[in-house]
Amino acid sequence: MLDAQPQPLVQVQDLKMHFPIYSGIFRKHTGDVKAVDGVSFDILPGQTLGLVGESGCGKSTVGRAMLRLYEPTAGRVIIDGDDVAKLAPEPLRKKRPTMQMVFQDPQASLNPRMTLAEIVSEPLDEHTNWTRDQKLERVYELMDQVGLNRRFVNRFPHEFSGGQRQRIGIARALALKPRFIVCDEPIAALDVSIQAQVVNLLEDLQEKLGLTYLFISHDLSMVRHLAQRVAVMYLGRIAELSPSKDLYARPLHPYAEALLSAVNEPDPELAARRNRIILKGDVPSPANPPKGCNFCTRCPKVMDICRTVKPDLLEVEPGRLVACHLYTAAGSTGASEANERNQQGETR
Amino acid sequence: MTDATPAPQTAAPPKPASAAREIWQQFRTHKGALFGLIVLSCLILFVLVGPLLWDPPQRLSDTIRMKNQGPSLKAPFGTDQLGRDMLLRMMQAGRVSLAVGLVAMTIAIVFGTLIGTLAGYFRRLDGPLMRLTDMFLALPLIPLLLVMVMLFRDRIASLIGPELGAFTLIVFAIGITSWMATARIVRGEVLTLKEREYVLAARSIGSRPNRIIRRHILPNVVSPVMVAATLGVAEAIITESVLSFLGLGFPPDFPTWGRLLYDGLQYMQVYPERVVWPGVAISLTVLSVNYIGDGLRDALDPRIRGR
Repeated sequence: MLDAQPQPLVQVQDLKMHFPIYSGIFRKHTGDVKAVDGVSFDILPGQTLGLVGESGCGKSTVGRAMLRLYEPTAGRVIIDGDDVAKLAPEPLRKKRPTMQMVFQDPQASLNPRMTLAEIVSEPLDEHTNWTRDQKLERVYELMDQVGLNRRFVNRFPHEFSGGQRQRIGIARALALKPRFIVCDEPIAALDVSIQAQVVNLLEDLQEKLGLTYLFISHDLSMVRHLAQRVAVMYLGRIAELSPSKDLYARPLHPYAEALLSAVNEPDPELAARRNRIILKGDVPSPANPPKGCNFCTRCPKVMDICRTVKPDLLEVEPGRLVACHLYTAAGSTGASEANERNQQGETR
Repeated sequence: MTDATPAPQTAAPPKPASAAREIWQQFRTHKGALFGLIVLSCLILFVLVGPLLWDPPQRLSDTIRMKNQGPSLKAPFGTDQLGRDMLLRMMQAGRVSLAVGLVAMTIAIVFGTLIGTLAGYFRRLDGPLMRLTDMFLALPLIPLLLVMVMLFRDRIASLIGPELGAFTLIVFAIGITSWMATARIVRGEVLTLKEREYVLAARSIGSRPNRIIRRHILPNVVSPVMVAATLGVAEAIITESVLSFLGLGFPPDFPTWGRLLYDGLQYMQVYPERVVWPGVAISLTVLSVNYIGDGLRDALDPRIRGR
């Protein structure tokens, strides 16, 4: 089993992204918004990791910090052998083609003054010294890949529908043949029929090109469909990281349970019977998170220890990692679990 | 339409169209802009070619008899209090005024856009550059110009001649004192633009800052810059006349539209046409430049161009 496990393409270790707060007359550094506070996960090549959570929990920040669109405060992001979080500017630029991003709002992520050809060939301008014709050829190839008619090549973003715009965004991300793509809520701004098209396109591309995705979304059913493993985030930390089948069948972390109980159930009979967990109160401010478990202020199963000690993300069942005292405090207080943050079920 | 279709091999896909032609085609549909372009071209022709065609013989002995005449065939615009032909003076004055207006505006816009972009894009430069802008805004214009002219007029004049020297000095003085508004507008615009997702996308591609600024930021600040530029031309022409009036600009015998306006002011009740000619010329210039700017702004925006 040890040898059979392929090396993960992406390894995130204890990633932290704190945004400083300055206040007062002298703009003193008075605190930090802990948007991402110690997140770790691996993604195997060709797989998809879903990252879900409510608005403002730091999902997008994880994606952006991983691609060094923000400067991470701490932690390591190893993508295909290099620690992206520490690369110098020029090696980082060389590294960019391996990792790309598809953005949430296709309208906002395309420059309104550039034509489709200019937008899609922009990465080529930056990283190749091809001739115009070569670039155009590649643009056509990409347009075919994402299902855009070649006739659209001279059109501007405002002349496309939302789904088509997202296809342009995907084509741009694919231009440099990346291995890893962060999909930052790529379907959130689209209506449902188009969502399916775009998700299918992403799946096809993954199959054809062997892409690895980090799929950030708050659409839980879409993530279930797309991802092999799912990480549930709450207030800058991962609450649970499990294979998606297990997670959807039987969530372990109370927050994951509450979140999943909010998924719409198409069957009215089942919908009537299921018991929806309704959380009380608001999410605490990420500038001032609770001392213990981040979820302790709203957790229905809160215990005393939750208010004082932050739970670590530990493997409680094969392949399932949960950050909750419910699963650790019970049996193994003394025996320090050796397999912390060891996510593939392997023992390295 | 959005379904994945196999590559259509039948029709050859279109080549990317030339942007310049599309811009010109949109520009043509803007009637005001076309009108402005025609008027400005006429004005430029008038001041450049006019003096070659209209060169009335001026003998010193005639000038006394010729003074203060109304419009006639011999002098279509009349003559001034020294018997000089107003049409000729208008044409000569226009050369200087148009040149000052356009060049000073260009300097102000280029400088203002540069400062604004740098301040908006690079956080570290923001503080120093904006304080510099505030400093320039706080400087009283007239004393500053006075000092500049006092210090440099003779030195520049000895280098490149009195007329070109005065021109350089005035253009520089006006340019250097009118870029601040543009810088502020551009900075504000850049601050919002650089948070847009397409700039983020460009960064994730690995574009260098200079390319991001050229491709994504500058094209999108065109609209406010255009407005600032067109207003700037008018302001520069007027400022030049103020300076000349104060004796800080061109020598008194050197005609500019602003100068003619002030000269005519004394005789306005008796000979109103002397104020009207330069006034009309300045207004026409300003108006046509405004319309051209308007049309250009629309033509450069693909969202408007489509309609």
